[in-house]
Amino acid sequence: MVEVTLWGSLAAAAEGNSKIEIEAKNIRELFARLSERFPRLEPLMARGIAVAIDGTIYRDTWSKELPTGAEIYLLPRLAGG
Amino acid sequence: MMTGIAVSTNINSDNAEFLCHADETLLDVLRDRLGLMGAKEGCGTGDCGACSIILDDRLVCSCLVLGAEAEGRRIETVEGMAQGDQLHPLQQKFLEHAALQCGICTPGFLIAAKDLLAKNPDPTEEEIRFGLAGNLCRCTGYDKIVRAVQDAAGVMRGA
Amino acid sequence: MNFDPSHSKRSFSSVGTRPIRPDGVDKVTGRARYGADFNMPGQLVGRILRSPHAHAIIRKIDTLKAAQLPGVKAVLTAADLPDLTDGDAAMYDILDNCMARKKALYDGHAVAAVAAIDARTAKQALKLIEVEYELLPHVTDVDQAFAPDAPLINDTIFTTGVDPKPDRPSNVSMRSQFGHGDVDAGMARADFVVERTFKTEQTHQGYIEPHACVASVSSDGTADLWVCTQGHFVYRQHCAQLLGMDASKLRVTSSEIGGGFGGKTHVWAEPVALALSRKAGRPVKLVMTRDEVFRASGPTSATSIDVKIGALKDGTIIAADATLRYSCGPYAGAWAEVGAMTAFACYKLENVRTVGYEVLVNRPKTAAYRAPSAPMAAFAVESAIDELAKKVGMNPIDFRIRNAAQEGTKASYGPVYGPIGIGPTLEAVKNHPHMKAPLGRNQGRGMACGFWFNFGGQTCTDLNIGMDGTVSLAVGTVDVGGSRASLSLVAAEELGIDYSQVRTVIADTSSLGYNDMTDGSRGTFSSSMATISAARNAIKILRERAAQMWDILVEDVTWEKGHAVAKGETHGNLPKLSLKEIAAASGTTGGPIAGHSEIVADGAGVSFATHICDIEVDPETGATKVLRYTVVQDAGKAVHPTYVEGQYQGGAAQGIGWALNEEYIYGKDGRLQNAGFLDYRIPVCSDLPMIDTQILEIPNPNHPYGVRGVGETSIVPPLAAVANAVSNAVGVRMLHIPMSPPRILAALEA
Repeated sequence: MVEVTLWGSLAAAAEGNSKIEIEAKNIRELFARLSERFPRLEPLMARGIAVAIDGTIYRDTWSKELPTGAEIYLLPRLAGG
Repeated sequence: MMTGIAVSTNINSDNAEFLCHADETLLDVLRDRLGLMGAKEGCGTGDCGACSIILDDRLVCSCLVLGAEAEGRRIETVEGMAQGDQLHPLQQKFLEHAALQCGICTPGFLIAAKDLLAKNPDPTEEEIRFGLAGNLCRCTGYDKIVRAVQDAAGVMRGA
Repeated sequence: MNFDPSHSKRSFSSVGTRPIRPDGVDKVTGRARYGADFNMPGQLVGRILRSPHAHAIIRKIDTLKAAQLPGVKAVLTAADLPDLTDGDAAMYDILDNCMARKKALYDGHAVAAVAAIDARTAKQALKLIEVEYELLPHVTDVDQAFAPDAPLINDTIFTTGVDPKPDRPSNVSMRSQFGHGDVDAGMARADFVVERTFKTEQTHQGYIEPHACVASVSSDGTADLWVCTQGHFVYRQHCAQLLGMDASKLRVTSSEIGGGFGGKTHVWAEPVALALSRKAGRPVKLVMTRDEVFRASGPTSATSIDVKIGALKDGTIIAADATLRYSCGPYAGAWAEVGAMTAFACYKLENVRTVGYEVLVNRPKTAAYRAPSAPMAAFAVESAIDELAKKVGMNPIDFRIRNAAQEGTKASYGPVYGPIGIGPTLEAVKNHPHMKAPLGRNQGRGMACGFWFNFGGQTCTDLNIGMDGTVSLAVGTVDVGGSRASLSLVAAEELGIDYSQVRTVIADTSSLGYNDMTDGSRGTFSSSMATISAARNAIKILRERAAQMWDILVEDVTWEKGHAVAKGETHGNLPKLSLKEIAAASGTTGGPIAGHSEIVADGAGVSFATHICDIEVDPETGATKVLRYTVVQDAGKAVHPTYVEGQYQGGAAQGIGWALNEEYIYGKDGRLQNAGFLDYRIPVCSDLPMIDTQILEIPNPNHPYGVRGVGETSIVPPLAAVANAVSNAVGVRMLHIPMSPPRILAALEA
């Protein structure tokens, strides 16, 4: 069980919930469970999501494990220049 | 169908002949007809200096010179700066000081700097900056370019 | 791949030195080949017809006369391109931007294209294309476009991020919000408050090399694309997707690139060149003119930002609030969202809220520009911070030091920070001689901090050891400013050999697995990580071969300073084997020796910087002179310090131009008035002083050497540093960027 915080427009698509408890071992499971629970998240997640685990920002690497007790944030995918 | 104008000129100490249309620029001639692609088109309107060459000891934007105007004149481009495998001191110093990042403006700067130092072998920093104000660089902020020119000027005075 | 703490005590032998770059001689002799320096036999010249209207329905395009002109081999409109209406919305927008399908959405929007035997014929053909436009009302200003009664650009856009969904379409494609705490309660407790609205005008990356490519499509569907790009793998993927081609059949080779800064991370004319070539059955060379680059590539957002910050008497910032409106061009974007994320990122805040609005305008499609969206937000926030510091009665640096984010601070965009450099950059600036230099009349000093995310991403490298012992390193991150030198240093460091023995090249899309673009300051960070990994894989093999040559166990072989060394009592006196010797024997010990790495480089960390700027203002003309400029930035570990300095100086110069002079000027007719370098004036050599740099090294724990990305952060502080300097020089708070002479005079007269 991990606690995930959603920011920006993600929270609005999750019925206004910005903190969600969800059962997931890795990023892939996290995305799958979130879309199941909040179908409106799916198009936003398809656009690209970054996952911050304990302050370090990762892209959408499915196998990246979510350690229990880790601080997990979903952030928009960023563009660089 | 326009007939071409026959032009005889001297480029980097070699005699050269070419045909061009009346409205073709010298930049287009160098790049498209003579295979000398060192001069670059950054704007086509004489605002960026990437096409800089020396025409009879005068620094010009080759995009503002017609190909036909090269008749009977001497042209120097970046391709003529090194002597065999010996780089010109400006080229060497640009490398040592990392006075280039993407390098697209570099041929223009080298020619402009060569012209500057030919006329003013011991320029102040301000004279270098104003002397090179006709060449745009977007990568370096000019700091290392100025240092490279100062260093090369010293070498050229000493040598 | 984690930071090896022994590195902070260890002295590197190659990393940290300043050798000459491997592509240097070609670049100073004119031999290096950029996008427009390539030709193919039989190639045609491609040219694009562009809308002269800011907003219009395309009723009809008649290309018959153009197609019949002798020498014209292909004519193209959106009708010849796939209709992506029911597919991915983002892809639809990209393709529509490359060639308008229903409406011309900005002055310069492509509506048709031709390929002909020469430029003269191509230009003539464009004139023969007849386009029937039905003009629509247009809007080019971000504030005007935000207003509810603005001309509507896209009636299918309903603001996302708003619950419930709006019942009317608008020009606001997205609302996003970040923050924590209770801003209103915090603001009520504040002893001092600053509340301001700031505006920044649209600017362009200003790369000196216009977009250029040569596309060659064969009748069997295989294709070649030579192009200047920051990401040839991304271009390949996008072009293939947009045109319905097989990506594996499209080989993209990146030329040397003459500047990108984010503007060459998106496709513009490349799909058009490929489509023209496919239709004509011949290669097509398509080079944009400078006018086209300004009108129809991807400038950055224009913005309008409201900032309100409150502080307690003791100097603690108790609440920070910002509303940011960013223009995205005529298609949905996500630029305001990033601005909202970075706005207060430098600070430790109990209560913070940022709301971003993405606003459509009839201007070219906004593209990334070096730390996209961050400079404008930093301008607004750092200007307000300066004003607030004065109200509180604190020195601007001390005020920032007091409130700076640290390891363990909850960032304003959410996660908690690891080790970061903002505190050290502020301390370094506080003690820098620049801060103590005296100022004269009409001169002002300003300082500001800035923040940017750095990216990791998909990265592949191949490290091949030749039989002569020289090393060939193939990477897929395009070299925009000297990274081939840095990567050669890293390979040399890992293998323990001399820099001169390593040659790094940028491979084409057929030769390596997928590589993300060179953006997000990721080039050296990601490729160095992959290079280290590839080198370590090669070293495993080198040790195995040495073990074979000595007929001992590989466990008894270590790798030290470029040699295999036999360890242990029994083997201790075997003479060392150099990489050269092992390579020479490789044919008999098992074949070619190589190390490969395919990774997703993660944990790129964040990069902070603080800048100091001295400006002199002429109160009669409003003209400004930059007297002195200093950049202090955290690089984690500078692999090639000279090129790190170059990134600091280059970003600062772009920021200075943006702060003082650069802007897109649109007329009432919605047309761009200054689409050239004469009137869109970027800094020239005589505008700038030497730019001093100080590289700090606070290691990034997620990289083996501690490397952080450095390319972008240095454009984030300058707008504010310069604005603070000008404001101090004239005694009036400057609110509108660029601070061109007329704006400064207006501020003085107000």
